[in-house]
Amino acid sequence: MEASTNPPQPAPGRAAVIEISGLSTRFGDHVVHSGLDLEIRGGEIFALIGGSGSGKSTLLREMILLQQPDAGSIRVLGVDLHELSDQDALALRQRWGVMFQHGGLFGSLTVSENVGLPLREHTSLDAKLIDEIAAWKLSVSGLQPEVGAQFPSELSGGMMKRASLARALALDPELLFLDEPTAGLDPESAGEVDQLVRKLRDLFGLTIVMITHDLDLLWQLADRVAVLADGKVQGTGSMSELAQMDNPAVRKFFDGPRGRAAHDQSLVEPEAGARGTETFGSPPSKPK
Amino acid sequence: MSSIAIAPAAITQATPQVVALSGAWTARAIGSLEARVDRLNAPAVTVVDAARIEALDTVGAWLLQSLLQRLRSAGSAAQLQHLRPEYARLLDAVGQPLTPRTNVPAPKGLPGTLEGVGRGAAAIAEQTLALLSFIGETAAALAAGLAHPARLRWRPILFNIRSAGFDALPIVGLLSFLLGIVVAYQSASQLRHYGANIFVADLVGLSMLREFAPLLTAIIVAGRSGSAYAAQIGTMCVTEEIDAMRTLGIAPLDLLVLPKIIALMIALPLLTVFADALGVLGGMIMAQMQLGVSFPVFLDRFVKAVDISAYLTGIGKAPVFAAIIVIVGCFQGFRTHGGADSVGRQTTRSVVQATFLVIVADALFSVVFSTLDL
Repeated sequence: MEASTNPPQPAPGRAAVIEISGLSTRFGDHVVHSGLDLEIRGGEIFALIGGSGSGKSTLLREMILLQQPDAGSIRVLGVDLHELSDQDALALRQRWGVMFQHGGLFGSLTVSENVGLPLREHTSLDAKLIDEIAAWKLSVSGLQPEVGAQFPSELSGGMMKRASLARALALDPELLFLDEPTAGLDPESAGEVDQLVRKLRDLFGLTIVMITHDLDLLWQLADRVAVLADGKVQGTGSMSELAQMDNPAVRKFFDGPRGRAAHDQSLVEPEAGARGTETFGSPPSKPK
Repeated sequence: MSSIAIAPAAITQATPQVVALSGAWTARAIGSLEARVDRLNAPAVTVVDAARIEALDTVGAWLLQSLLQRLRSAGSAAQLQHLRPEYARLLDAVGQPLTPRTNVPAPKGLPGTLEGVGRGAAAIAEQTLALLSFIGETAAALAAGLAHPARLRWRPILFNIRSAGFDALPIVGLLSFLLGIVVAYQSASQLRHYGANIFVADLVGLSMLREFAPLLTAIIVAGRSGSAYAAQIGTMCVTEEIDAMRTLGIAPLDLLVLPKIIALMIALPLLTVFADALGVLGGMIMAQMQLGVSFPVFLDRFVKAVDISAYLTGIGKAPVFAAIIVIVGCFQGFRTHGGADSVGRQTTRSVVQATFLVIVADALFSVVFSTLDL
């Protein structure tokens, strides 16, 4: 609940929300992380990038308590994830939201039931209110009200991601994890996800951690980016800072034709957030 | 956490004009506050004092907006006062909360009995037609395959013979053996009354060979392999593998259904023979223990009592059962759409329908055979 009491303006240099130090993970002989350190600050949009098999997804799974590292410590929202009691783990899980790459929506529930599920499980709100909140969260995520009655199997890829985002937002998390938020979306939908993520951060003061390969998203949206390779963080900073680095693992993302094109475009396009004063969610014809 | 220290959300109407809000207006602390909203004396309210709201999240903001909306629609000119500035933005973001309520389609109630019967009948008719068309397609593909045996996929056929036939030997053998024991045991006490001990060979032989062995084998295989067919094809539908196959110019029927049909039409009669043998063995052991009919005497009588037609009618039913099991299993698999629970539903259907149809077919065989005097 702290997020809602904070003034919702991102201020760089705020306290760390996630601190990782000396993290090591291995699967058998395969070393995924060896002595990885990372700090993610409150209110920032933080991106993890790296080639396939660089351990991004494993790191994400370790941050959200789906997997235990072999050594090292992870503190999320001030709580050490090592040897957490079940009750503390449950309390912590309610303070973050996760949007999975393929949605992770429950096929046996309608979209609106999916979004309302965390509220039904963890609060004593009555069913009607939960339905209304679920409908609103869906509209925040850019879905039409009719979608609420549909089943996940009837949705397109983009709608599935939005519905998953709406579910991740159900309990007003302080921290939002996005796994490949724009993968498999058309450029227009991907652009809308951009805007949506930025608005969420501005409005709720959310800290957002995402894994992405989308170079446009990185240039337009991420405050800071960490490049993972060889089990360690090779560089951290804004995209323009990373662009100055000489580390070959970092250069990969900037050299190649796609890297250059995304960079050029980011210089041409105006800040997307400048248009960000429009309405949020379903059309608010305000009561005044 | 801060929300634990803060009092739960509350609404108090100290004077008719002023409604004071306090506590944490958050998802976990609101509880059943909405009922309190309903009980307010709305028209008199002029001031909603939010000074003591100590936490606000989207659920709280939603409820606050809906409270204001309700007061205004009840004719009050209520003004919201003293809301902390950092919450005002969230409240604005929630905007006009009651708009979606009119847009959301009302959830459908349960259908009436008549409607249920009608929809059920329509669904059964649709499914029966689809099944007939699937049988037709499979038969056409099978005819084409048998016309050009070189084009058949022998590797999956052999694989299916192993998985549906050879791997099923232990369970089919054990159950058939036990069934033979049961038949002999049940008949022993009756036959002993009449001193007709030797007729146990007739009873066990005819019942196992004509009825029990083919039926038991088919039911075991329907549960064991029919379900596997439906689950395999169903999962492939969900993961778009079937679509991929079609776009690559491979007919799913040729790759998935034909090898299974051919394999099971070979494997099921063989399994039935195995079940015959073990069933009779079980009956023979029981006959010796309970009735004192020794093995040579039993076998001597068995050969006289059971002629070849009893054996062949039993075996002859097996390919038909095999076709039923494969077609129903694959058909239900192909009808999967959606996600994980659809796969489960279709698998259940495949087993239930295959078992049902096998027993119906067996009953029809009995009628036909008795008419033909076989």
